Amino acid sequence: MADTQWPVYEVFLQEKRGDPHVHVGAVHAPDPEMALILAKEQFARRGRCASLWVVPAAAIYASQAEEAEELFASALEKEYREPRGFRVTERVRRWMERHGQSLPEAE
Amino acid sequence: MIAYRIRGHPVPVPEQAPPPQGGPEYEARLAEFEARIARGEKIEPTDWMPEEYRQQLIRMISQHAHSEIVGMLPEGKWIPHAPTLRRKLILIAKVQDEGGHGQLLYRAAETLGISREEMIEALLAGKAKYSVVFNYPTPTWADVAAIGLLIDGAAVVNQLMLAQGSYGPYARAMKRICYEESFHIKQGYDAFVALATGTPAQRQMMQEAVNRWWYPALMLFGPSDRDSVHTPMLLRWRIKTKTNDQLRQEFVDQYAPMVLRLGLTIPDPNLRYDPETGHWHFSEPDWEEFWRVIRGDGPCNAERMAARRRAHEEGRWVREALAAKAAQQTNGERNGRHAVAGL
Repeated sequence: MADTQWPVYEVFLQEKRGDPHVHVGAVHAPDPEMALILAKEQFARRGRCASLWVVPAAAIYASQAEEAEELFASALEKEYREPRGFRVTERVRRWMERHGQSLPEAE
Repeated sequence: MIAYRIRGHPVPVPEQAPPPQGGPEYEARLAEFEARIARGEKIEPTDWMPEEYRQQLIRMISQHAHSEIVGMLPEGKWIPHAPTLRRKLILIAKVQDEGGHGQLLYRAAETLGISREEMIEALLAGKAKYSVVFNYPTPTWADVAAIGLLIDGAAVVNQLMLAQGSYGPYARAMKRICYEESFHIKQGYDAFVALATGTPAQRQMMQEAVNRWWYPALMLFGPSDRDSVHTPMLLRWRIKTKTNDQLRQEFVDQYAPMVLRLGLTIPDPNLRYDPETGHWHFSEPDWEEFWRVIRGDGPCNAERMAARRRAHEEGRWVREALAAKAAQQTNGERNGRHAVAGL
């Protein structure tokens, strides 16, 4: 067996505690422990790093680019899933105008 | 969804086989691909792309990776002879970066369907091209300083352009690499200035290294636009966003003053600043020499390849030991400490 290929591990790096782990690249390694060592050498030589993950690339199951448009399109009628889908402040203002309602004096 | 394996890593492929070239379906996909590039979007590995785009990128990225790996050698030679401990530590860090850059680039090329092993084999077999500049010798410590300023400087001019390119994985690798290269230029400039502002003997040594490295630095950008067969296609698909000659001009404008300011000279009788255009006039490198060195007949081609093969052989026991350890662990108990991310 050729000895320069090895499986690929995708590398995720967390810059500081509380941040998300972000994909930064990949390394080739014979096992996860070595992948972690190589990831440290490759992606944490300088700059901040609080934590590293290595994940076998073969374990990543991804969506197809061809389908992305269809799959992830946000249909217009789904605005109710987002804060901008609501006009509640506007409704309150109109109600207050119609009923001559004003706010009580701040104490 | 379909994924097939090339020697141990999954390569995403479009669900349908690429349509035969020239048909209406191909034309439609090509138009969509070109429209995406025109909008400034990146092309990702799972996107449809013309075969020529894929092949051009494999050619460029693998050559770039090989250049980083071979580029470790001219300077690596000086690690045991660095003039101070501080310079030695700096040089070790720089050469390690170059090895890391090579690996990042091999990985970027792999997303296009070639394996790292194939690329490494091609390099070791002497079939792969790499930048001509690394086939020139480094007889003095001043050559290390000249490489740090001029060759890394030229490389950054080129790589900042490549970071704007259309292929996502290559552009992302370039961003990371440029960040580290800025340290390379700074340390090179520091070593350069130390000699250029030193004793007469040190200045003389620096001058001689500039004389050796000026034209190789100009060669780093590749052949003249007149002779670059790939340029039109590379520009069309934004693999490159500037031509070799444009980049060469940018480099001279930026770096010639840095050398001249220190009272050193540049070995070009035609070099002069044109206040009207704001650019420097300069002589092109000797293109006959350029092609000769690319074909393998440079001062150090054989030495570089021999060193690379020796390093590969001397590292074999390490690779074997790692593989044996991995095989053992698969059968036995794996160290639980690192096994999970704590999720």
